[in-house]
Amino acid sequence: MNRITINGCFAALRAAAIVAATAALIAAAPAVAQTQTQTQTQGDRALSPTQAWIEGIEDPSLGYRAWIHGIVPAAAEAEAPSGIDAAINAFTAPVASFIGKVVFFRIEVFGAGLPLVVLWLVIGAVFFTLYMNFINLRGFKHAIELVRGDYADPNSHGEVSHFQALATAVSGTVGIGNIGGVAVAVTVGGAGATFWLIVAGFLGMSTKFVECTLGVKYRQEFEDGHVSGGPMYYLRKGFSDRGMHGFGKFMGAFYAIGIFIGALGIGNMFQSNQAYVQLNNVAGGALDGLGWLVGLVMAAVVFMVIVGGIKSIARVTEKIVPFMALFYCVFALIVIFLNSAVLPQAVANIFAGAFTGEGVAGGALGALIIGFQRAVFSNEAGIGSASIAHSAVKTDEPVTEGIVSLLEPFIDTIVICTITALVIGTAQVADPYFAGDAQGVAMTSAAFAREFSWFPLPLAFAAVLFAFSTMISWSYYGLKGWSYLFGESAKSQINYKVIFCAFVALGCVVQLGPILDISDALVFLICVPNILGLYFLAPIVKKEMNSYFARIDSGEIKKYK
Amino acid sequence: MSQTMLVGIDGSAPGSRAAEFAASVARAQQANLLVVYVIPWSPFTFNTPEENESRHRRREEEIELARSKVLAPLLDSLNAGDGKVEGLVRHGRPAEIINHVAEERNASQIFIGRTGDSGLKDILFGSVAGNLVQTASIPVTIIP
Repeated sequence: MNRITINGCFAALRAAAIVAATAALIAAAPAVAQTQTQTQTQGDRALSPTQAWIEGIEDPSLGYRAWIHGIVPAAAEAEAPSGIDAAINAFTAPVASFIGKVVFFRIEVFGAGLPLVVLWLVIGAVFFTLYMNFINLRGFKHAIELVRGDYADPNSHGEVSHFQALATAVSGTVGIGNIGGVAVAVTVGGAGATFWLIVAGFLGMSTKFVECTLGVKYRQEFEDGHVSGGPMYYLRKGFSDRGMHGFGKFMGAFYAIGIFIGALGIGNMFQSNQAYVQLNNVAGGALDGLGWLVGLVMAAVVFMVIVGGIKSIARVTEKIVPFMALFYCVFALIVIFLNSAVLPQAVANIFAGAFTGEGVAGGALGALIIGFQRAVFSNEAGIGSASIAHSAVKTDEPVTEGIVSLLEPFIDTIVICTITALVIGTAQVADPYFAGDAQGVAMTSAAFAREFSWFPLPLAFAAVLFAFSTMISWSYYGLKGWSYLFGESAKSQINYKVIFCAFVALGCVVQLGPILDISDALVFLICVPNILGLYFLAPIVKKEMNSYFARIDSGEIKKYK
Repeated sequence: MSQTMLVGIDGSAPGSRAAEFAASVARAQQANLLVVYVIPWSPFTFNTPEENESRHRRREEEIELARSKVLAPLLDSLNAGDGKVEGLVRHGRPAEIINHVAEERNASQIFIGRTGDSGLKDILFGSVAGNLVQTASIPVTIIP
């Protein structure tokens, strides 16, 4: 009874909102011109010299990290390098600069810099969407049925469920980028970037489908019952099956090296660094200079989880993170609702900006590029990391894991990133200068604080937890790359885990900018062999997919609920 | 044809009492007895990637442990007369699984202890009886 009443209320609210939105849209039509002026102001402000790090997005020589993650590199980075730092930098900087230039090579298109690696990922996503006959749309309902357990055989209860596989993979991708990265995308690419972000998230669903299906299909099962999988395995076996043994081996090893080193940077040092920044902000700067302490504590906690096998910590985090994500979304929706008067205009800005690109460097194309790269960096579709997480699952139907993984870009990009963009967008319409000089996470925080002054505290807490769960997930991805190269023995795995923990501590204290640059570049470099492999193996996925859906239609695969 | 009766156990004393009672009824009616041990498990939990990876192995271990430590000693102690006694270990929500197995095996009756192990399991198993009473399509006998 209660539920019906609540549902009824929601339905009524929704209907009211739609009516209001439509009416307001019509009324707001003349206001669009004014909106564009606002966007322009926003754009000018974004490119002011005080925000050098944002400029870094336009000029890669100022740091790929800012450009990729859209977040200020922090902690000790502001201090002048000395001693070991300087020595390491002197050695690594030229390498980082070279690799960065190659991986993030950009072509100029109508005044906007288009990184080829983003183009490579987007072309792949478009191809897989078309080749798989819009699996991202067709598979969506089935994905939800699978996650709900409608097709779960009670006799296989106790294995990893589809829900668990999805939740694990999602906690690896939902991170600081969903909070801070979007703010940067909107600042630099204008409201229109949000539109292209959603489009890219939608296309990325197809890439995820292909890579996760392959991950399960070509995974390696070991005698003791544990499984390893991911791009290194499907690249090696897939190319080998087509007679290219040497090439397959090379691609597999190349991917393994990339994901292993990448895990130490993007999935480790960068995360611990950002966690420190958030903690320090909450503490009001009381942790200045105490990065080593925070780093050690964090390294100790990570050590306890991945080496000591103290599952309870991991379990607590893994449990809190989804609730934090939910908490974040609910409050974001409340903030949007409280600003519903300006919501139609914020939405109108998104559509107008997407096609006109007023005030954005490179116009509509500039907005498109920024939206696309934000989406790619956020949901990791095409990088192959989620494929590693999904391969751990024991299932007889690889296609089902692929279909479930469709939901990751949906949750990460289409839902969480979009509502963040709307929170910021409505705040911008209501008060174009609401954030002052705040950027990234701080800007999102300011948008929330307009309605709930206490919100920055739980938001910082959430950001720290997101960083922690991302570290745990990436420690696994890196481990799989490492054990692919050096064997699955317990001793070799311990070596890796100790190295990983050391990097957690380092992330908070040492200025290792160039090392991070190398790791970031490698993470995006490995999408080259990965997507190449996906093209080669796509016919196999298509065959499996068609066979699977045929068996669903014929009733051979039946529902249990 | 002989009918099948089902008893749900959880390794606790009330569970064993339920099994003994069920065995005596089965003996009297010359029915087969199916002893079901359900390992509480939910598909909606959050795991680390490493837990997922070793889950298959862990599941086998859990089943093996339940068989050797709980089910086997209990089955040895039961006297079902002419009927056959069979043990079964499953994962899932106890009431749901007991119901499912009952339907699958065409059981005529379900026996269940009123309360199970202490603590959390008590709450879990306590509600199993209540759940079964409400959802089962065959008679349920609750043993206090």
